[in-house]
Amino acid sequence: MDVQYFFELFLSGLTRGSIYALIAIGYTMVYGIIELINFAHGEIYMIGAFTGLIVAGILGTMGFPLPAILVLAVLVSMIYCAGYGYTIEKIAYKPLRQAGRLSPLISAIGMSLFLQNYVILVQTSDFVPFPSLIPEFAFLEPIAHIFASSDFLIVVVSAVLMAGLTLFIKYTKMGKAMRATAQNRKMAMLLGIDADRVISVTFIIGSALAAVGGVLIASHVGMVNFAIGFLAGIKAFTAAVLGGIGSLPGAMLGGLFLGLSESFGAGYISSDYEDVFAFSLLVIFLIFRPSGIMGKAKVEKV
Amino acid sequence: MKGKISSFVVAVCLAFAGAASADTIKIGVAGAHTGDLASYGLPTVNAAKIVAKQVNDKGGINGKQIELVVQDDQCKPELATNVATKLVSDGAKVVIGHICSGATKAALPIYTEAKVMVISPSATNPELTQSGQYPTFFRTIASDDAQAKLGVDFAVGKLGAKKIAVLHDKGDYGKGYAEFAKKFIEEGGKAQVVLFEGITPGAVDYSAVVQKIRQSGADTVMFGGYHPEASKLVSQIKKKRIDVHFISDDGVKDDTFIKVAGKDAEGVYASGPKDVSGLALNKEAIEAHKAMFGTDPGAFFDSAYAAMLAAVNAVAKAGSTDFDAMAKVMRSDLVETPVGTIKFDTRGDAEGVGFSMYQVQNGKYVEMK
Repeated sequence: MDVQYFFELFLSGLTRGSIYALIAIGYTMVYGIIELINFAHGEIYMIGAFTGLIVAGILGTMGFPLPAILVLAVLVSMIYCAGYGYTIEKIAYKPLRQAGRLSPLISAIGMSLFLQNYVILVQTSDFVPFPSLIPEFAFLEPIAHIFASSDFLIVVVSAVLMAGLTLFIKYTKMGKAMRATAQNRKMAMLLGIDADRVISVTFIIGSALAAVGGVLIASHVGMVNFAIGFLAGIKAFTAAVLGGIGSLPGAMLGGLFLGLSESFGAGYISSDYEDVFAFSLLVIFLIFRPSGIMGKAKVEKV
Repeated sequence: MKGKISSFVVAVCLAFAGAASADTIKIGVAGAHTGDLASYGLPTVNAAKIVAKQVNDKGGINGKQIELVVQDDQCKPELATNVATKLVSDGAKVVIGHICSGATKAALPIYTEAKVMVISPSATNPELTQSGQYPTFFRTIASDDAQAKLGVDFAVGKLGAKKIAVLHDKGDYGKGYAEFAKKFIEEGGKAQVVLFEGITPGAVDYSAVVQKIRQSGADTVMFGGYHPEASKLVSQIKKKRIDVHFISDDGVKDDTFIKVAGKDAEGVYASGPKDVSGLALNKEAIEAHKAMFGTDPGAFFDSAYAAMLAAVNAVAKAGSTDFDAMAKVMRSDLVETPVGTIKFDTRGDAEGVGFSMYQVQNGKYVEMK
């Protein structure tokens, strides 16, 4: 196999992997702190895309330049989705915090269905075109046939956001509080950490990142639909588990690992089995290394 | 249930028995007239009644009146064989039906042995004509592989395609289209299939497949599936600067495709049903239905009407109900029908029925002549 083809597949896997990683962070952060799989996270991503579409539509008719529309659409949609994430946690998960693990999980599935149907009602059940907000970068023109501007932007934005998030968790007071809550919530609360606030911030950050992903990816593929969150959410969740759920670098690594294996699998074997590759990996990992690439084997507290 | 069916049959037979003299031309009408699929079969009965009445009012075929023998198979293969035996023993020499492909396939060996001409308005299974096992079978509807055939002929004949990448969405409809397309390309021998792949509907990105298209050196992409995946594919193909023709099926010949894919949709080809609503005979048939039954006709009415007209023409021109004489007329004589001017090929498929190729030009699908 020639080198250029390998490189093309590598780049398309990189784009795909960055998308998964961006969404996977939301799953892994929430799991790390309250051990809940937030099934509504894929829907936040979808709502982010719809918000971006509406903002872009309004700004477009007002005659804003393209880069400004993109930045504003991403920002507005981040704020909007952060609000959704915050509210969902307060309505659907907080009242169930003492109720064991199964109840919030069911509540999360309910929330996911509710949000999908809500979007069908207030927006549409059709496929809607999404304007191409990402400008064509002149310096990428020579390699645009293998790595388009939108691929480039998705990879760069994901990398920057993840680096920023890592720094935030490592060096700020809130980051420290998050790590403490993740380790032992009761102890953190005893030491004066407002766990409710930490959980809210977790949901806000995760949702805002999903919103960024939603707008960029919708612009990349050129369409949105109420159901786009489902498959994206499942794949991102798989990425989070591959990387080691609860671990931030794990989510990034898991996303890239999944994206690249799907891309190479499709390129060298057959795209018929794209999902088979993804979910076989999940099964293999769950059997042989259930804690994922970066996860630590969990010691059950007695 | 059984009592109900037979009383229905008796009633229908009685209704036509009044006009029947000893020397009539018996035409069987078989299909689902009760049960879940009755809505597919009853419009055919109505079409047969309308044409029979028109012909009989004008003095019949060569002086003989048409007598319809209506039989219900509920689209069930096991009932269809009974129906076929009954029609053959009743002396029907022409049968309009059956409606469902499965029931038709079950009944055909009996008709073949009795040399009864069968014209289905709705059985689309390709095997029925292509297997060559049922020489007495004709149909006035395009078979399931007609779109793939049209697409391949268009790609190879009109666009001069040499290397074709065939993609599908792994669904029954899309995969069926793709498999037929592959078969026709290979049989034609003028082009080769350089890639045959399924894609995952709803995936965030198809760039790996798009790179594979480039790698394969294809000059044409044929895609079986629906518009959401098609619009993602065409936009990613444009984005990756790959210059190929894109041909698809009537799942893509939908205005939503143009709306969603926008300027990337320009130049895309898709096959879709021929527009026959403008034909004078089509309007006339619908008016006749309204006059006789007071409602708009249902599914397969047009093609059933066409089948009945073709049958009447065959009997009239052949001057008898001898199968070989009728078949010769069917294969050579052009008949004006509500689905266009048709004749039948040697395998029994109607020529000039079914699908046309359309291209997106300036945001609209334009029929390619």
